[in-house]
Amino acid sequence: MVTQTVTIGFTASITGSYNTESTRQVDGLQLWMDDVNNAGGIHLSDGTVLMFESKSYDDESNKDRVQELYTTLATTDNADFLISPYSSGLTAAASVIAEQYGKVMITTGAASDDNYKQGYTGVYQVYTPSSRYLTSSIDLLASLDSSAKKIAFVYENSTFSTGVAEAAKAYAEGLGYDVVLYEGYDAGTTDFSAIINKVQAAAPDAILGGGHFADGEALARQLNEKQVPVKFVSLLVAPPEPSFSELGDAAKGIAGPSQWEPQVKFTEEGAVADGTTWIGPTGEDFVSEYTAAYGEDPSYHAAGGYAAGLLLQYAIQTADSIDPDAIKAALDGADLTTFYGNIKFDTSADNHGLQVGHAMVVVQWDDNLVKQIVWPESAATAAPIYPLGQ
Amino acid sequence: MSIDALLAGFVDGLLIGFVYGVAAMGLTIIFGVMDVINLAHGPLIAIGMFGVYELFTYLGMNPYLAIILVAIGGLLVGIIVYFTAVHRVIDAPPLSSLLSTFSVNMMIIGVGTAILSTSAYNVNFSLPAVSAGPITVTGNRIAAGLIAILVTALLYGFLYRTRPGKYIRAVANNRQAAELMGIPSTRILALAFGVGTMLAMTAGGLIATILPINILAGGTYELKSFVIVVLGGLGNPLGALIGGLILGLIEGLVPIFLKVTWVPVIEFGLFVLILLVMPQGLFGKKDS
Amino acid sequence: MKRFAGLLISLIVVVILAVIPMISGSAATRESMFTILMAIALASSLNILLGYTGYVSFGHIVFFGVGGYVGFFTLTQLGWNLWLSMVAGGIAPAILAYLLGKSILRLRGAYFALATIGVNEAMRALVNNLDAFGGPVGMTMKFTVYKDYGGATQALWMTYRMLALVTIVVVVTSYLVKKSKFGLGLMAIREDEDAAEVMGVRAPSAKTWSYVLSAIFPGLVGVLFFFKNGNIEPGDAFRLQLSIELIVMVMLGGFGTVFGPILGAGVYQQLRKSLLTSPIFKNVQLAVAGLLLLLIILFIPTGATGWLRKRFPRLRRVLE
Repeated sequence: MVTQTVTIGFTASITGSYNTESTRQVDGLQLWMDDVNNAGGIHLSDGTVLMFESKSYDDESNKDRVQELYTTLATTDNADFLISPYSSGLTAAASVIAEQYGKVMITTGAASDDNYKQGYTGVYQVYTPSSRYLTSSIDLLASLDSSAKKIAFVYENSTFSTGVAEAAKAYAEGLGYDVVLYEGYDAGTTDFSAIINKVQAAAPDAILGGGHFADGEALARQLNEKQVPVKFVSLLVAPPEPSFSELGDAAKGIAGPSQWEPQVKFTEEGAVADGTTWIGPTGEDFVSEYTAAYGEDPSYHAAGGYAAGLLLQYAIQTADSIDPDAIKAALDGADLTTFYGNIKFDTSADNHGLQVGHAMVVVQWDDNLVKQIVWPESAATAAPIYPLGQ
Repeated sequence: MSIDALLAGFVDGLLIGFVYGVAAMGLTIIFGVMDVINLAHGPLIAIGMFGVYELFTYLGMNPYLAIILVAIGGLLVGIIVYFTAVHRVIDAPPLSSLLSTFSVNMMIIGVGTAILSTSAYNVNFSLPAVSAGPITVTGNRIAAGLIAILVTALLYGFLYRTRPGKYIRAVANNRQAAELMGIPSTRILALAFGVGTMLAMTAGGLIATILPINILAGGTYELKSFVIVVLGGLGNPLGALIGGLILGLIEGLVPIFLKVTWVPVIEFGLFVLILLVMPQGLFGKKDS
Repeated sequence: MKRFAGLLISLIVVVILAVIPMISGSAATRESMFTILMAIALASSLNILLGYTGYVSFGHIVFFGVGGYVGFFTLTQLGWNLWLSMVAGGIAPAILAYLLGKSILRLRGAYFALATIGVNEAMRALVNNLDAFGGPVGMTMKFTVYKDYGGATQALWMTYRMLALVTIVVVVTSYLVKKSKFGLGLMAIREDEDAAEVMGVRAPSAKTWSYVLSAIFPGLVGVLFFFKNGNIEPGDAFRLQLSIELIVMVMLGGFGTVFGPILGAGVYQQLRKSLLTSPIFKNVQLAVAGLLLLLIILFIPTGATGWLRKRFPRLRRVLE
């Protein structure tokens, strides 16, 4: 019996603006690694036992660092597999490097569709793509109030949120909505007063957008401070994070799309019924393990991190090796169900690696500062709050 | 264009403009007195921000009281920076003081990032908002504006009504003549640097009460301060205040007509333009 | 041969550095050497303006950004090959420098320094708003472009060799400028601009040409850098911090010399790299660099090379 150590390389935003989300993602991945190692690693048919270790650096939420560091991971550190950093922007930078050195990279925390149109062959996406992020919020709005026709899009000028906003705008206009404002703000903006004044002047029924956690939180807070009269607000990334509740009153009624929530139920029975392969723990088990390990509730970033690990595990088990080409073949053919949801990839040359199996839910903070799932109706845990009582 | 939006933009811009003005006054006083552009200005603002944050979060102090402590701290920090980095190169070519103050900048940012990381922090202390008709202004922003005006008044009182203040103006006017008159120029220079730092840190503290802060945000306000002092005239505190108001109004009003991302283009474009066409600024150097 | 004695040490050091990865064939070494050579090329080009002419540019990185963007644009949107893109990426910042030379070089001292910051920030904000250049999201290169150069691995090695060549050209140019009448005029301007003019140096024209010369090479380096990285964004192209680090390198190594920027860049990058991957020290890196800079300014303003030349007069012939 031969033991081999598989090195998984990635960068984490230990410092910098993505710190909140990235830490959750890495925690999730680490939990998976601990689970697999504690279960005795992965056994290949030739008797090799694979144990996993991670090699990571702080990218400081900075794209420049990402390329340098992933190059180090791929060359000096000889990582066998790579996991993406958090955020589409950083992942775009890392993907180039991964492909240049022929390493398979699983991306999590990165939703931008564009990344899969560049001709990469070894980059695979775990998250639902950005083009489908806000469409469900619009569907929710439509079901709540057919008279609410005016939408304002206020989004961060990052790869991710720009992609989300473009797709959502097209979707909204296709359904007959009037987009009264469509404007991006630069990353790192802390003073939203000017843009909020603009929103208020446009008098929308709903505000959609945001970007990542830091700006989403600031935007929600300042909308509340300025007492902007709006009926529905759905923001990216921030509302699904448990720490969003620190806003107190400003968080109540704010909705947001989520890749996964603890209350969502995927089961092995369901997987068998769908004809997909089941792998990994159940949702409840994941939540209790995570809470025991980290002392807080997992957000979807954490779930995504864990799912990335599960995906790699599946690929290695199916390919029965860690050879990159065999892994790619295994991933190309994957049709999985995990506690996180369904995972399946687009394998066409134009969109290789794009996630096509996974779907989003919409969450909203209720008056007791509890995060509820409000859409789709089949997964809802509470009725949506509408309109916002501003 | 909506009148409401113009009004809201005007009020918001004006209030934060006063705060920008305080920060810029700090920079311009140092230049006016000793011909040094303090490139540590940004990190000093950041220290002010975090000073208030730490005092509020860990000692439960009212942020507005914390600002007073931070201001006093600023005076001391400024004097220390003066004697460490500036005194030795005060008469050397400008490159030396630019680089020495910049090195202080790097040191503060380096240590600050190591301790605080570059994540965002919030001072969760809200005064009630004030609504007048269609516009709502947060209480914190009004308080910040009023305090900034108060600080300006105090600064003028200091410069024109107290002995040290007059000495500072004398040294700014002509250092050698001042020395001949018996004014201890080194101590006055250090004091002036201290006052400049105090203003920067006070502005930082005020910003912490209205916006999220991080260690690198100081850099943004430093760049704004450059634009402002050039607009108002290097060395002219009143010019700095008015420059601050102008910048605040640009930030509040321009987004109504253009995409908000054009504001920095206008700010820096104006900056370069003024330097080319009217380097003495709108009000000229105080005592040339 | 004696005429070029001063150039020899600088050239030998650069050539040795450049060749190390080519001998070992290691991609990891190549990547570290890439960052070092890039720093040497950028610092040396800044030295032409800062070291010889005495004008402190805090925003020198704007030429790297403009060249990088123009080159990347022609490469990915217009389908030009890398060589033509490099030409474009070298000409664009040169034109910008010429225009700026006619305007902001009139300013002296601190005003000029501030103006260069303003130019860098204005350019970044402008590019941020230009959809043709991808706006805030920037541009990404389709991976298939590497096929035109024999695949990704080949392309990376080729890019490295190009950078090594550019670096050597910068160093030689720097030496030739220093030894020429043009360079003498620049240094006269540095010491006392008015006196230089009285002596017949046409300062405005000389300054402008030194500015243009200092702008071409960052542009070329920019095109290579972003070609290697496969994407470009306004934040990456116009990083003010990198601009400042270049100043530290020049001052550390010794401004106004050919060897100075090489020494400064090499030492600074090594320091940065060793601190960067260490979790404890990576933030302290900036503080350490700042402390170094302060000590140099206060005590050894002529930098390491200047100190060596003073201490060992015999070395002066070979240590330019």
